Amino acid sequence: MEVALNWYLALGALLFTIGTLGVLFKRNAIVLLMSIELMLNAVNLTLVAFSQFMGDADGQILVLFSIAVAAAEAAVGLAIVIAIFRGKSTVDITEINLFKH
Amino acid sequence: MKTDLIVRLILLLPLLGALVNGLVPLFLPRFRRKEGLIGAIGTAVVAIPFALAVYLFATYGGDPVVANYFTWLQAGDLSVDFAYRVDELSLIMLLVVTGVGSLIHVYSTGYMHGDPGYWRFFAYLNLFIFAMLNLILANNLLVLFLGWEGVGLCSYLLIGFWYTDLKNSAAANKAFIVNRVGDFAFLMAMFLIFQQVGSLSFDVLLDLGQPGGSVSMSSTALLWAVGLLFIGATGKSAQIPLFVWLPDAMAGPTPVSALIHAATMVTSGLYLLARLSPLVLGAPEIMVAIGVIGALTSFMAATIAIAQNDIKKVLAYSTVSQLGYMFMAAGVGAFFVSIFHVVTHAFFKACLFLGSGSVIHAMEHVEHDLEDKGHDMSDFDPQDMRTMGGLKQYMPSTSKTYLLATMAISGIPLFAGFFSKDEILFKAFAYGYDGHPYAWMVWGLGIVTAALTAFYMTRSYILTFEGTPRWPEADTVHAHESASSMTIPLWILGGLSVVGGFIGLPAVIAHGKWNWIHHYLGMEYGGPVAEAAMNAHVPLALEWGLIALSALIAVGTVAFAWRAYKAHGVAYDETLKQRLGGLYRVFRGKYYWDEFYDRTVVGPLIHRGARKVLAPFDARIVDGIVNGLAILSQYISRLLGKLQTGVVQTYALAFVVGVTLVVYLMIFG
Repeated sequence: MEVALNWYLALGALLFTIGTLGVLFKRNAIVLLMSIELMLNAVNLTLVAFSQFMGDADGQILVLFSIAVAAAEAAVGLAIVIAIFRGKSTVDITEINLFKH
Repeated sequence: MKTDLIVRLILLLPLLGALVNGLVPLFLPRFRRKEGLIGAIGTAVVAIPFALAVYLFATYGGDPVVANYFTWLQAGDLSVDFAYRVDELSLIMLLVVTGVGSLIHVYSTGYMHGDPGYWRFFAYLNLFIFAMLNLILANNLLVLFLGWEGVGLCSYLLIGFWYTDLKNSAAANKAFIVNRVGDFAFLMAMFLIFQQVGSLSFDVLLDLGQPGGSVSMSSTALLWAVGLLFIGATGKSAQIPLFVWLPDAMAGPTPVSALIHAATMVTSGLYLLARLSPLVLGAPEIMVAIGVIGALTSFMAATIAIAQNDIKKVLAYSTVSQLGYMFMAAGVGAFFVSIFHVVTHAFFKACLFLGSGSVIHAMEHVEHDLEDKGHDMSDFDPQDMRTMGGLKQYMPSTSKTYLLATMAISGIPLFAGFFSKDEILFKAFAYGYDGHPYAWMVWGLGIVTAALTAFYMTRSYILTFEGTPRWPEADTVHAHESASSMTIPLWILGGLSVVGGFIGLPAVIAHGKWNWIHHYLGMEYGGPVAEAAMNAHVPLALEWGLIALSALIAVGTVAFAWRAYKAHGVAYDETLKQRLGGLYRVFRGKYYWDEFYDRTVVGPLIHRGARKVLAPFDARIVDGIVNGLAILSQYISRLLGKLQTGVVQTYALAFVVGVTLVVYLMIFG
């Protein structure tokens, strides 16, 4: 059975939504970062699906860029989380409201 | 030289003087002690315009010259230029203001010597001259109003010149506030005229009264406009009911009293009426009011002057009275005669005021000398005539010039005041003869006032200068004549008080051929001052009779007062008091105008009204609005502050909601 484009898009949307909800409602900063990865990968999946469907390699090149950027972002994000943990002994994001002050 | 340039110089020099004398010492305190320099600058910027005015006068061709510098305002239909007008009327006023003004500046260099505010005084005085020149040279009502308010401001500044004394500040405030009433009426008149005519320029307005004029105004509107202008004039020129500020204005230095409150500013109300005389003639009902109010003011002020002991207060009420004379003339349509009296009055009243200043100066020295001898001088008033007497032997120049001016104001024949006052009385009589019955009443009050004037002025001269000194230890403590910077202006003004009247010899002499001022200003020669038609000519014999009558009244009253006060001195006031009884108390109490205003206006309106209405209004409404706004913004900021949690997830949520909304709109919108 041929897997139609709709299936890929639906899966991408589902993963993106799960990632978004994770970013919005999870309290652990590490899980937050993982949720962001999930959102990025949902987008990557969508890009690859469109690329395959349209017979065009542009989408796949974008995915390579986005994986590279995501790797860098994860490194920086983890570094920040570790720095905050050293200062506040917690990675509970609701306790960290440094933006207000 | 071009008239444009000359007018510019005449106007700007006094302003320059005010700036130099006012600003340089403000930033360079060392400059304040250079009295010679400050006085020289202050005097020069008035004397040079006087010389220029003489040149303008000598070369004047007979057609009004308008110097238009630039457009001041341009709003809708209203266009006002900084335009000045040189014609016969403004030239005469220009000569008086700068001429008498320069003399008073010279006098001030002596009078204000040693005062810590010397520089400030000259700055104000120059500023005053600038404002007054704007007033008299203006070619439209708004520039005139600029000068009008300017002289009001300078009057305020100068009355309150010695501001450390609360009394002086109160007098300055009174002058300012009372004048606001008149100025409000003037403004209303201006609005009305603009609404009706669409212009404020004299070129247009003077055309209004002419039969073939290009613009017109309904007679009701004209009545209101002239009425409101007259109310404005009563404020500046101290007529009933707005005269109460002028006697109090004597709190200022004496040169100010001479310059502003006798010779120049207070005549601006008259000047306004004379300037707009074609309009005034179009409102005969208002002319009745002008004549009657002038006559009543004149009479009332003269009676008050009889019962005053302060030498400057006598002169102040005398000024109110003489201004009343000028309004009488305007009220019977003889505007050029009011201007004639403005001129002669400027001479003799300035002379009298400066003379009184010289006397006060001398008496202050007497006070100091007595203090040095250990007398308690706390009750001594250097302006009270009861403490003076016998000053003639110490102050020959002051006493002689004061006497000349007294003769002039009393109307002794051949002195300046005789001609102008007689002409006013004659015009009033002739107007009555011509079928305007109210003029009879004006004339009658004028005759009585003439007698009163001769009486109180003779009294003031004798109590001050004749007899023997009445201050303590008079045989060892002497008064001294003032410096020559003060006596020279006195002599010049004294001389003018004698000969000044010859510019307007009465009509009986050579059929009025030698009444120069009439020919110069009068309507039939195309001059700027209109004159009511006087068809019925009073018979020649009657004219001579009237002249003889006013001469007789003046000479008789002066002789009577002279004998009475020479023989009894101050004691004659007691006789007067007994003869007049209750009336004297009324005169002494100044007809209780101040008390009347206190009861009707100041008390209920200002004090009680402020407490009952304005204070709650301030506390509840004004404060409420201000505090309410503050509370509202505080509340909003607290509300918005809740959004700033500092938690990343809250911001992300807002972000997601926003993105969702945008996406929704992109797909379904």
